[in-house]
Amino acid sequence: MELTAEEREILAGKLGEATRRALEYQVEVGRFWQAKRMVPVTNVHLMGDIEVMGDGGLEFLREEVRLGARCRVGATTNARCIDFAHCERLGQDPAEVAKERELIQCLRRMEVVTTDTCINYQTGYQPRLGEHVAWGDTGTVIYANSVFGARSNFESGPAALAAALTGRTPEYGFHLDDHRKGTFSVELRATLDDLADWGAVGKLVGESRQDYFAVPVFHGYRRTPTADELKHLGAALASYGSMAMFHFVGVTPEAPSEIPEQKFAVSEKDIQNVYAGYSLGDGDARLVVFSGPQQSLLEMKGLAQLFDGRKVKEGSSCFVTTNAAVLARSRALGYAKVLEGAGVTILEGVCFYILQNLSSLRRANRWTNMVSNSAKIVNIIGAHRFNTILRRTADCVEIACSGELR
Amino acid sequence: MSIVRVGQAYGAIVEGEALISEEGFSPRYDLDRWSGIITKPGHKLEGMSIVDKVCFFPTAKGGIAAGWAFYDIKWKKIAPKAFIFGVTNPVMVQGAVFAGIPITAGWTPHPGEVFRSGDWVRVDPARKLIEVVRRQA
Repeated sequence: MELTAEEREILAGKLGEATRRALEYQVEVGRFWQAKRMVPVTNVHLMGDIEVMGDGGLEFLREEVRLGARCRVGATTNARCIDFAHCERLGQDPAEVAKERELIQCLRRMEVVTTDTCINYQTGYQPRLGEHVAWGDTGTVIYANSVFGARSNFESGPAALAAALTGRTPEYGFHLDDHRKGTFSVELRATLDDLADWGAVGKLVGESRQDYFAVPVFHGYRRTPTADELKHLGAALASYGSMAMFHFVGVTPEAPSEIPEQKFAVSEKDIQNVYAGYSLGDGDARLVVFSGPQQSLLEMKGLAQLFDGRKVKEGSSCFVTTNAAVLARSRALGYAKVLEGAGVTILEGVCFYILQNLSSLRRANRWTNMVSNSAKIVNIIGAHRFNTILRRTADCVEIACSGELR
Repeated sequence: MSIVRVGQAYGAIVEGEALISEEGFSPRYDLDRWSGIITKPGHKLEGMSIVDKVCFFPTAKGGIAAGWAFYDIKWKKIAPKAFIFGVTNPVMVQGAVFAGIPITAGWTPHPGEVFRSGDWVRVDPARKLIEVVRRQA
């Protein structure tokens, strides 16, 4: 790799040991991808919590703090594993809760802004066309690349933290024009009236490729999709297909004028088949989750309308996750009151899928199925041994209130 | 033939028992990160341990959280010896480099044509190849 004079000085220790180690690590990753150079980034979004990091990761952070690590660019945090207001009721491990508190303090001492959200692109930082950033989770990256036209690879926790310390990232993948071109086309023939339908599209298209460098070009859709619809589409493409970018003709800024040759189409029937494809397992309908990604304010409003005047069935649990900013507005606007009045638990700053102790929580509640309108969470929660079922938003609400799977 | 050539590679030379998967992998979606056993219901390696194996996966799945997960499983001493991917994504590479676990991407020919699970193989990232040391009896 070609390094600048400043980068060579960093490697010589000019900005301290933590930054030196960070750049050394980034250069190693860059070499793997044959990056020619480092590229400056303006913003970092970082996944870091005790559930994903474990004791080893926490010890790493302590060491970083001891070494005087400091972010050189704005850095925010992704959804985490503990909502301190709910951890006791959820039976989360007090020792892990204590570690999470320490971990958050470590991040703050490094000047990380702990926003605890996976919808930073809706509530935090919205990069412009061509702006280089270093983001994770995957849903944030695909949104940044596709909808904003900003440039990021999937930057996992250690990589994003390194980028925050050095203010740069190796130039490979989606930082380069070559990888940002559409590689296959997807004609959308379905109406896609619900957020879950958009996730279903992401599942169908993602599963068909499973390639980080595959870039679908959506076309033929007759309406302008909303930010939340694109969020569910992107989150599912990233989750099922490991994809980091899509184009949407007439919608996204880098969409091509010519559609790639390789064809794929999604019909109404295909979407119906996605829903029909889920096994209902033993019929357990006692867990309904709206999470992964966190809910936007408009999603909170929509859920409040659906739950208004209704009650979650006794013995069932319904969880909604969002970030502090959205929850504060939801409280001010009365959405949170409606949801909590219906028996919904609203968790702040977390994602259901990364909740500390989720497997024990599942066993303690004898949950076997998890129902959600998020195709992403339906995909990713498998290692916790849930049988998962994707349903449209209104159907999820019905299932939560009736206790009957359909 | 007893050699698979790889496209991109990081890490030191390692040897271990091959575990060849027909299905892609995520340490978050598929793996129990306390035992090193693949627990996702229906995964083609469900019930198998990745601990100390040279793991061959055709694809990488999803997840940013994998970046910390490799370091975590290394810390818990349940990491594989190496990850050999057909196609991979940056998270797997960032995670493996951070944890010091050898990782490669791209293969010729397909490892299924050369190795079987249980064969003892050597991964040589500098020479960008994987070779059989001894076949499973």
